[in-house]
Amino acid sequence: MSGAFTKSMARNIFYGGTVFFFLLFLALSFDTHQALPKRDHRAEITPQIAHGKKLVEVNNCIGCHTLMGEGAYFAPELGNAIARLGGREGIKGFIKSRPAEGIPGRRSMPQFNFSDDDLEAIAAYLEHVNKIDDANWPPNIQG
Amino acid sequence: MPFQSQGVAKYYFMAAIALFAGQILFGLIMGLQYVWGDFLFPAIPFNVARMVHTNLLIVWLLFGFMGGAYYLIPEESETELYSTKLAMLLFWVFLIAGALTIVGYLAVPYATLAKYTGNDLLETMGREFLEQPLITKVGIVIVALGFLFNITMTVLKGRKTAISTVLLLGLWGLAVFFLFSFYNPVNVVEDKFFWWWTVHLWVEGVWELILGALLAFVLIKVTGVDREVIEKWLYVIITLTLVTGVIGTGHHYFWIGTPEYWQWWGSIFSALEPIPFFAMTVFAFNMVNRRRREHPNRAATLWALGTGVMAFLGAGVWGFLHTLAPVNYYTHGTQITAAHGHMAFYGAYAMVVLCMISYAMPIMRGRAANSNKAQVLEMWSFWLMTIAMVFITLFLTAAGILQVWLQRVSDTPLPFMVVQDKISLFYWMREWTGVVFLIGLVLYILSFFVKGEEQAKAA
Ligand code: HEM
Ligand code: HEM
Ligand SMILES: [Fe+2]
Repeated sequence: MSGAFTKSMARNIFYGGTVFFFLLFLALSFDTHQALPKRDHRAEITPQIAHGKKLVEVNNCIGCHTLMGEGAYFAPELGNAIARLGGREGIKGFIKSRPAEGIPGRRSMPQFNFSDDDLEAIAAYLEHVNKIDDANWPPNIQG
Repeated sequence: MPFQSQGVAKYYFMAAIALFAGQILFGLIMGLQYVWGDFLFPAIPFNVARMVHTNLLIVWLLFGFMGGAYYLIPEESETELYSTKLAMLLFWVFLIAGALTIVGYLAVPYATLAKYTGNDLLETMGREFLEQPLITKVGIVIVALGFLFNITMTVLKGRKTAISTVLLLGLWGLAVFFLFSFYNPVNVVEDKFFWWWTVHLWVEGVWELILGALLAFVLIKVTGVDREVIEKWLYVIITLTLVTGVIGTGHHYFWIGTPEYWQWWGSIFSALEPIPFFAMTVFAFNMVNRRRREHPNRAATLWALGTGVMAFLGAGVWGFLHTLAPVNYYTHGTQITAAHGHMAFYGAYAMVVLCMISYAMPIMRGRAANSNKAQVLEMWSFWLMTIAMVFITLFLTAAGILQVWLQRVSDTPLPFMVVQDKISLFYWMREWTGVVFLIGLVLYILSFFVKGEEQAKAA
């Protein structure tokens, strides 16, 4: 780090390298967005599914769970929960039956008191997420 | 302290330390909930404690970065801060907004908070680390813009150095990439795609510029090594950072619906991300070995070296551990992720802020360094917190390996909750080690109140 290699050379490499790799990243991102519609099934997103996503957000579900592997690690994966719990009815039944005061000594999920429409929307959203082509993740049904 | 206005940093640093203590308290609450499931349920559910823990972390680091900048920029620019009044006003705005947000998390259900803070106008809430209500997010932007205006004006009217340029770039980048937190498309794949433009491009991009600049500043001060040498290193390190880290974002695009080619781009580029962290460690040791003076503040030197080592371990080594796509397929979203997140955040960002505080705080209190007694206590707290964090990481890694095996690799995969029960021993050990971390933090805070004979007055 001495001799011919000066600070201003280092600075120029910094700006040049950063701009180049940032542009490459933008190009890759652009290509990804061309490819996404086939993988994320966005054409199938109904107002109900959109409402389900909102409910998952405003109740901070990913503060305990992961969704496609992202979120918290306190409770099971939600991306494939629809498959694990046996479809929409399974999901709705599970969420509805959480005791308000928790289960003594165990990690408990809160009772959110969702309406039937809300429950249906959450189930529809999770069904949608389960269909996204995510390179076969998770490795098995346990998430 | 060469310039009067640098003194505003003191307020920012004190707020940072107070919020840090709050963060650790909620970490311990969550750690207990991991093994004693209904602890504080339903008063403080896990997700609420988690928001408080992670948001306090981000906010105290932001206080630390801003305080660091308010201290560093006038000294580098050789001029008083553009506006001390603005800096103080923004301090109170940020502190009050932050406190109200935390109270909001704890006092009302999250959905209620969302409803009354404008989430229906623009849905931004409920995504990890970006849980803040819309009004808080807008507040953060306003504070950031005021802050950036203030320090940019200071740099413009004074001397321009590589360190202040890199710091400015990092801080502007922080603000720019935060803007993606306002973009939450209804398509969850796009939502996740751009979420990482805030989260990854922060910690593995622009924040590393801030880290490098703060570290370089402290190293110049405590070692007296020639600025030309240090600034050249700084440029080399941040070049490596952005060349690897920007496309390295791809290590988050393996399993969220994005095309499979990211498994190549993400694996290859992020596998190179440890290099700048390694360079940073070599840099810190090299400069300290070539020091031209014996600075009386040995604690600050210790924090500087510690930052290099722990950032490399947490981000570099623990990052590399799970960054290759075939490995990440099994470790994605497990305790391995948590292990890495803890050591990386602590080793890189918590430690560099504590390093800056360690260097600047005595000077702002009218002495070049604290008394020997105070420094010894501070160094004890350094070792307690750092060693505790190493063990927290090791226990979480052990838990993670077992989790991956039992839940994802074995021929008879077990359900998530069954596996959690089986590995609870490691969660207990993590919690006890967390208590040691807390003791370290208490000693750290006490070290500010230890008197003893004073060192020479600041120059
Ligand atoms: C007493 C020490 C601590 C304990 C017991 C603790 C505990 C926890 C727990 C239980 C979680 C949630 C994990 C989950 O989602 O299931 C968490 C998350 C997190 N904590 Fe801590 N924590 C401590 C200290 C720290 C420190 C010192 C830092 C950084 C400086 C930190 C940074 C984080 C981060 C970044 C996350 C999010 C991790 C991720 O999403 O992967 N924590 N912590
Ligand atoms: C100081 C720098 C870094 C910090 C603060 C940091 C922090 C974090 C955090 C908090 C997460 C969890 C995000 C979530 O909740 O979903 C994460 C994930 C990840 N980090 Fe880092 N990181 C840093 C550097 C690195 C580096 C250099 C690498 C690679 C060599 C890396 C590789 C990864 C990977 C692969 C994941 C995804 C884990 C998963 O799939 O669950 N990180 N990081
Ligand atoms: Fe990353």
